[in-house]
Amino acid sequence: MGALIDNADVVWTAFKMTLWLSVSAGVLSFIWGVMLAAFRVSPIGPLRTFGTVYVNIFRNSPLTLIFLVMLNLAVPVLGLHVGLGVPMAIISLTLYTSTFVCEVVRSGINSVGVGQAEAARSIGLTFFQTLGQIVLPQAFRSVVPPLINVYIAHVKNTSVAAGFAVFELTASAQRLANGNPADVVGVFAGIGLCYLVITIPMGVASQRIERKVAIAR
Amino acid sequence: MSNETSVLYEAPGPRAKARDRIFTVVFTLIFVGLLVWAGYTAYSNGIFDDRWAVLWDPPRGQSVSDVWITSILMSGIWGTLKPVLIAIPIALALALALTILRQSPYWIARVPARVVTEVFRGIPVLLIMYFGVIGLNIDPLWAVVLGLVVYNMAVVAEILRAGIAALPSGQKEAGLSIGLSPLQTLLRIQLPQAVRIMLPALISQIVVLLKDSSLGFIIGYSELLKSAKDNYNFFGESTKVVFIFVVAVLYILINMSVSRLATYIEGRMRTKSKTVGGLHVEGKADGPPGGVTATGIGANTRTGDSAL
Repeated sequence: MGALIDNADVVWTAFKMTLWLSVSAGVLSFIWGVMLAAFRVSPIGPLRTFGTVYVNIFRNSPLTLIFLVMLNLAVPVLGLHVGLGVPMAIISLTLYTSTFVCEVVRSGINSVGVGQAEAARSIGLTFFQTLGQIVLPQAFRSVVPPLINVYIAHVKNTSVAAGFAVFELTASAQRLANGNPADVVGVFAGIGLCYLVITIPMGVASQRIERKVAIAR
Repeated sequence: MSNETSVLYEAPGPRAKARDRIFTVVFTLIFVGLLVWAGYTAYSNGIFDDRWAVLWDPPRGQSVSDVWITSILMSGIWGTLKPVLIAIPIALALALALTILRQSPYWIARVPARVVTEVFRGIPVLLIMYFGVIGLNIDPLWAVVLGLVVYNMAVVAEILRAGIAALPSGQKEAGLSIGLSPLQTLLRIQLPQAVRIMLPALISQIVVLLKDSSLGFIIGYSELLKSAKDNYNFFGESTKVVFIFVVAVLYILINMSVSRLATYIEGRMRTKSKTVGGLHVEGKADGPPGGVTATGIGANTRTGDSAL
């Protein structure tokens, strides 16, 4: 641990980077994931097809592969100039995490009783009114605990960026461990603790909400 | 699925049908347009030239079997599968041990097991792998195995715990009342049923293992992504597109088939417990109210969670 305390500023910078990746890619994945879920339940065929194909491809690719594709293929194939490092990490994480957000939201939509949507339709609400005022508010309640689990995994997944030139917690563990061979265990335990500081409260929140929702249902 | 979602909107009348048709055409045009744009950009960047020939007529004195069998299959796919195959039994055994400890009547056994589960569920697999390489100085293969085992034992223990929690409490009580010890009840009554309920989640976990083994690429273990890199380093920059494309397709095919298997088993189990109903413990109505459906939902969310 001594090495970590001596290098507290390095660890703090890395910690902020992990937080920044988690939050920025997290927000983007939420927006894109909810859009994908809407695509997948929409009455319009091409949107459904797009949603299904997208989710199946990105859900089944390892995150490392998505990083690798962004790094090596975006420029030569599509001519998209993605900034290396942080912007690339945010885009890759968003492309990946959004598929899980989409699936959680979609199964949440499916978990809302059929009668709810039928009642909404029978009083004359349109598709968007039904979805926006009746189904989604109920779906989000049962969606929150699994969604938090998705985001716990997302926080941990930001570590993949360490392999692609982003200096976040895992990269800092690697650098500090190599610089302080005598204190390797302390460095890794400390960095692990930094992740737990983020992930364990999220897990506790998820369990609390799960219990609350379970009683309400 | 179409039944569940179609309830969101009215069976379309003539106007809605006409409107849907317009939207269908518009979005089809947009997506086709995007595909054409991507294809054209790729084409004008010279992607569709003779570089793909490396797959069936490789230059530099290599044969097709050198590229496909020796490199991609033997070193790549096998490299990806090997740590997964080693890690699965070890992780399962440790998860079983953790589950037994967590169900123990003594807090001195329960609390450490709980701490181990929570800690290793909350730490990135890559960090554990780095610890293996830098801290323990073990071979990258074993570092990958270590990362996979430590993380998945925690996750599987959590899956089993959820499965046991979802069983009607009468199961445990019945076991105890016929004179089985708590451990016997756990091993012979509760766990077999918990494993059955959670089978889809457990199989989806294999996809996670397969995907996580690709983290080995970052710590210098030789797996599928590395075989792509070796190939494009050998055959030149222009073949980067080719080999990354090939391994992407391979990964997606492998993972999709495993996911399909999980979905298939889930569907089969659902129909089975529906038709046989009362004969199956899980399908029995006299569990705690909502117990059975809660199992279904819990199992689904766990699947979603673990598929990461």
